Amino acid sequence: MEFIVISLIKAAVVLAVLLTTLAYLQWVERKVIAHIQVRPGPYRVGPHGLLQPLADVIKLITKEDLMPPHASKLLFVAAPFISVTTALISISVIPFGPAITVAGHRTWMQLTDLSMGVLFVLAVSSMGVYGIALAGWASNNKYALLGGLRSSAQMISYELPLSLAIASPLLLSNTLSLRELVESQSATGSVLSWNILHGPFPQIFSFVIFLISAFAETNRIPFDLPEAENELVAGYHTEYSGFKFAMFYLGEYVGVTLNSAMLLFLGGWVAPWPAAYGSGLVPTLLFAAAGVIALSHGLRPARRRDRYSLPVFGIVFLAIAVLFLLPVVQGWLLPLFWFLAKTGALLFTFIWVRGTLPRFRYDQLMGFAWKFLFPIAVVNLLVTGLLVAWFS
Amino acid sequence: MDGILFLIFAVVAVLCGINVVVQTHPISSAISLIGVMGSLAVLYLLLGAEFLAVAQVIVYAGAVMVLFVFVIMLLNAGAEARKGRSFMVQLLGVPLLVALLGLLAYFVQRLFPQTVLVQFGKFTGGGAREVGRALFTTYLLPFEVTSVLILIAILGAIVLARKELE
Amino acid sequence: MNAVPLSWYLTLSAVLFALGVAGFLFRRNIITVFMSIELMLNAVNLSFIAFSYQLKQVSGHILAFFVMVVAAAEAAVGLAIILTVFKNRATLNIDDINSMKN
Repeated sequence: MEFIVISLIKAAVVLAVLLTTLAYLQWVERKVIAHIQVRPGPYRVGPHGLLQPLADVIKLITKEDLMPPHASKLLFVAAPFISVTTALISISVIPFGPAITVAGHRTWMQLTDLSMGVLFVLAVSSMGVYGIALAGWASNNKYALLGGLRSSAQMISYELPLSLAIASPLLLSNTLSLRELVESQSATGSVLSWNILHGPFPQIFSFVIFLISAFAETNRIPFDLPEAENELVAGYHTEYSGFKFAMFYLGEYVGVTLNSAMLLFLGGWVAPWPAAYGSGLVPTLLFAAAGVIALSHGLRPARRRDRYSLPVFGIVFLAIAVLFLLPVVQGWLLPLFWFLAKTGALLFTFIWVRGTLPRFRYDQLMGFAWKFLFPIAVVNLLVTGLLVAWFS
Repeated sequence: MDGILFLIFAVVAVLCGINVVVQTHPISSAISLIGVMGSLAVLYLLLGAEFLAVAQVIVYAGAVMVLFVFVIMLLNAGAEARKGRSFMVQLLGVPLLVALLGLLAYFVQRLFPQTVLVQFGKFTGGGAREVGRALFTTYLLPFEVTSVLILIAILGAIVLARKELE
Repeated sequence: MNAVPLSWYLTLSAVLFALGVAGFLFRRNIITVFMSIELMLNAVNLSFIAFSYQLKQVSGHILAFFVMVVAAAEAAVGLAIILTVFKNRATLNIDDINSMKN
């Protein structure tokens, strides 16, 4: 009984935090891409455009919900929900931190730990292909069908190098459960025991293959030909508007976040160097630096609106920096910070690549998966296996 | 708890199975078949076969059925036309099938004793470690043979489905 | 209730197998016939795993795994054949594909 109550509370907290983070992830993406393109991005709706996601949500919810004629109604409505559901289910096995004690109950910062956690995530993400394929089919539109087929073919082609790239660090960690995976990377408490640098064969190649396959799995640039606006008229979500379109976007961002949070390579919530050497001060220093920069820009504002917003942000950042110094929160806030920092770094890489690279043509995309990534992933797995067997 | 889960997913599996056979449009049959495979995956979990359950979802529901759905979408052949069926067949078909199923169920219940009870957690030998060990030691030869079989299937599919060179 | 008799799993397997046989015999669309075959294979997999539970061995799981692999290979080749048949005959009704001549 206590287990059910704790799980429900954890699920509610994770859901609330995740959905808010996703809405603001869209804000971050627009701001970062805007600054890459030397323009301010969303700026007017609230201070620095911070209320822009709220405006977008209101717009998408209140838009007219169209259904194309002769579309299969059940599949048309169900397809975006399949996409979102499969993406959100995978979040339930991700560990955000170590065990904590809240109000006398000891619990893990993870919704549930399956002994097959990694395979579960793979299984659920291969069910996500149906959301896209059925969306293309149910729209009764040639372009949507072609876009849906291309996108599904791309997703299942890149599942192969993804699975092989996931299998290689599993040989080093020797477990499929995500919690034990992170714990096996905390052996020396430093960067050297993260799977990317550890063991007889550092998993740098599989990390790169994993990242590239993650870009293709979530239909992000440079692999977003099936949903680009100037090809195939926006592909499989051509006929979708309003809330269902928001569901597709949500599913895509959850997929991106999930792939960034993948704990196989960068060690999850483990700090880069042990706390004894002061890694507990890094978040304080980071936020203090951010606060000082914001305050200094606030004193000489470049735009008239910044005169009030930037100093407020500066003070908020300094308050967070002080928060990290309190010993009562350091037990659970520091691992959570490292987890979020690593996830955030990979998310920034996703957005950075989106703003920088052109997109692949479809035959280049498929040739790249089958003729280049897949053989390299196989060779990587082979070499890892041989070296692990030799040195064990 | 086990009983309720078994009942729910067994009923879902049978209803989806009936739907596979009854629906006219192949895409509805395909989606019902995905439903069957999903409920069977849950039943495998109840029987302690965790690796098989996940493999069922990854391989069967996530790859083989995607292939089916692709082919149905590519061919776009439409719903099956109801050609002339004799009235007698339509009248007797369903009751005979129900009778056959009832007979099968009765004989299975009679012949297999009710003493073996399935409880979730009683069989822990179905995890990845045990399956992997058995697969790579006792069953190594069939494993290698199936990899050759998959290679032959890939070659066959590519040769059959490519465009003919003019 | 906390425990389910094993015979119920076997009954379910028999029922699904019979449904697969019915679909295989009565449907006219090639793809639906093929899907009935997959339904039969799934039913047999369930039996294998149920018996593996009874004997407390992992061999049933291994056999079911091989059945899955063979079914995947068969699906790939079978669908390629269906595509070729459709390209040549433009129909998916097995009643119309009954002669070797065009």
